[in-house]
Order: sequence, then C-alpha cells, then structure tokens
Amino acid sequence: MISDDLLGSEAHWAFGTDFEDPLAGVDTTVPDDIDPAALARYCLMLGDDALVLSQRLSEWCSRAPDLEEDIALANIALDLLGEARLLLARAAVADPSVVPSLPDGSPVPAEDALAFFRSPAEFRNVTMTELPNGDFAETITRLLLFSVWRLAEFESLLTHPDAVLAAVAAKGRKELAYHRDFAARWFVTLARGTAESRRRVLTALAGLWAFWPELDAPADVEVVLDQVFAAADVSRPEVTPARGLGRECVHTEALTDLLAEMQSVARAHPRGLW
Amino acid sequence: MVTVLDRARAVAATVVDPELPMLTLADLGVLRDVEVSALGGVLVSITPTYSGCPAMATMRDDLVRTLRCEGFADVEVKIALQPAWTTDWITPAGRAALAEAGISPPGPAPRRDGPVLLSLGPVRRANRCPRCDSEDVELTSEFSSTACKALYRCRACLEPFDHVKEI
Ligand SMILES: [Zn+2]
Repeated sequence: MISDDLLGSEAHWAFGTDFEDPLAGVDTTVPDDIDPAALARYCLMLGDDALVLSQRLSEWCSRAPDLEEDIALANIALDLLGEARLLLARAAVADPSVVPSLPDGSPVPAEDALAFFRSPAEFRNVTMTELPNGDFAETITRLLLFSVWRLAEFESLLTHPDAVLAAVAAKGRKELAYHRDFAARWFVTLARGTAESRRRVLTALAGLWAFWPELDAPADVEVVLDQVFAAADVSRPEVTPARGLGRECVHTEALTDLLAEMQSVARAHPRGLW
Repeated sequence: MVTVLDRARAVAATVVDPELPMLTLADLGVLRDVEVSALGGVLVSITPTYSGCPAMATMRDDLVRTLRCEGFADVEVKIALQPAWTTDWITPAGRAALAEAGISPPGPAPRRDGPVLLSLGPVRRANRCPRCDSEDVELTSEFSSTACKALYRCRACLEPFDHVKEI
C-alpha cells in the first residue's frame, strides 16, 4: 500500500531514484490493437537511450568547463533519467517477461531491475548514447544529434494509441526542447568561436556522424539539423556509416564499462534496504 | 455546510512544495484533484513538474501525513501524467509568493501546437529583477538549481536570481 511505504513503516530498496511506482494510479491497460511485447520493446529502446545517455552526462558532474554548464548537463541528465524511469516502468507493465527475475522477496522495483540487472546484451540503446564523453565539443555534438532526433520522435508519439506512452512523450518533449536548444547554441558557439573550438567541434561531428543513420531520422529532423549546421557554417561530413546495431542489443565495449560502474553497487547488494 | 470533500481539499491545499516551500502544491499546479470515496477514503492526484522530478515521493509523503494528521485515515496518492504540467498552472498567489521569495515567476508558456521550433538566439523574456525590479537583467543559464529554473543576473544590483522557466 502506498501510504504505508510513505510513512516509513517499511524498509525500502536502497538504490532506486524514488521509493514508489512512477505510474501509481495510472491506467496501464495496453489497448487491444497493440502488441504488448512490441510496445515493451519500443519503450525499452527509448528508455535505454535516455538511461545510458543520462549516465554519460552525469560523468560531467564537477568536471564541466564552468559551473553553469556543469549544472546544465546535470539537469539534462536528470530529465533523461526521469524519462527512462517512466519508460522502463511502462515496458515492465506492458510485458512483465522483459524484467529480469530476482530472488523472491527482492525489494527491487521493476524499472530498477531493468536498469541494474540486465546485461549489456539486453540493452537496446543506440550506439551513439554509449560512446565515451570525449571533450566538451563531443558531448555537445552528441547531445545535439540525439536531442534533435528524440524531440521529433516524441512529437510523433503524441498521438500514439498507448495513452501512457503518449503522456510520457507530451511531458518529455517540453524538456527535450530545452536540451536541443542548449546543445544547438553551444554547437554554433563552438563552431564560430576560436580556431581550436571549431577544430574540436568538426572533429566531434566527423566522429559521431557515422552513428547518425542508426537513429533512422525522418526528413523533418534533417531539416532542423541543417538549420543548426547552416548557423554554425558546418556541412554534413562525408563519412561511411557505422554498422550500429544497438537496437538489436549489439554494443561496443564502452557500454560494458558504463554498466559495470552504474550497476556495481546494486548488484553487490541486491537486497539492499534502508 | 462544509462537506468531507471540502475539508479534504482544504487540507490538501495547505501542503507546500518541498523545493519551493513558499508555494503550496495547489499554487504550483501540481495538486490536480482530491476525491473522497463513499467510505471516506481520500484519493489525491498529483502531477510531476519534470519527468525526473526527485520530489514526488516527498510530496506524496507530505500529503499523506498532513491528511492523516487531520483525521483522514485512508489516504492514497496517485500520479496524473496527462495533461503534462505547465507553468501556466501556477496561480496568481503562487506567482506573488515566488516573487516575494526572490524568484522571478514564469511568463506565458510557449504554445505547442506544431513542432517546437529551433531557437538559436538568446532567450528573451520580459522579466524583472525580483530584488530591485530592474528590467536590465541577463540570462546566465537556462538551467539552474532545480530542473524548473533558469539562472539570471541583474545588471542593476548585480545580484543573481532564479527564474521559473516557461514549460
Ligand atoms: Zn536587481
């Protein structure tokens, strides 16, 4: 019962972002014309993208070029973590078979089981999100490409027949608009800044561009990106696309390292309570 | 005659936001609904400000504790995801309380009928310094101490201040 948990009369799973079901009281019935397994898989894709990039952005905490950017990146990471939590919770309710099984009586909520107890080969995030941060220009360039795509994706979900997914998208798009514009402004600033900042942003774009096709962005997304590139006086790099198979759970070694760090404490104490 | 529902609503409306304690959850627009069942159980609906709002559990905790303290034994809190929270729901009293506390209240939220247009220029707002009322203010960052605020600096009195950003 929610109210008992709230009053601290029970011990709680120690590593979650919150104590309770983020979908408490929400009607999570999957509509008849939707395949629950497909819905769960799609929510895992979007949720894993957000979770993994959130973890990467959190690595900037106390290391950003200045305090304002440190706070900005932490805020963006928090927004993405919130989206991840809702999407993983949605996946778990739609198709409980995706949730790793834990010992009976485990206090771990389903969305945390998905975050902390899956192996890299069970994650569906796109490759771009798991790559190491690199320098500030690389982090900004990745955030630009990712947010431009994700904002458009969320806008297309506003009319999704699953009301829960549509609601998560309606909420997230407002946040993503701030992320995209933050990244776009920095991208232009760096590209039109010093010779060194321009060199770095061009290097970042050349490296990341190979992973752009994996997002499978529709044409209107390309238009927005071209606006940013025009303002930055940057052209699309000519790069051979990488064979990104993140959606099919094929990942680089970077994800293994990221998850090892993110999951280590929860896995060491799967019954951790406080 | 004051009904049980009126009383439950009045009690719920006194609970303040954990991060902006000068504001009630009702003034913030986070408290969406209060219902009372035939058996006297209270069902409160709240909505998160941002997807990653870390204060939801505290809000629920505070609502349950306050209502129980006022004699409502059976209290449940549920999440309302739709429609998504907007700063337009902050009441006039809430805006006044923010300004009083040195936080610049939000302007009208942008309309979101079609795709969100890219904005590469500096964000322009008609806000004033909550300390000296000067209009000569500059944006330091669109992100600040909590997810819902931007950081400004007043060029007249030179003090920094938070602005609740439109969403
Ligand atoms: Zn001032």
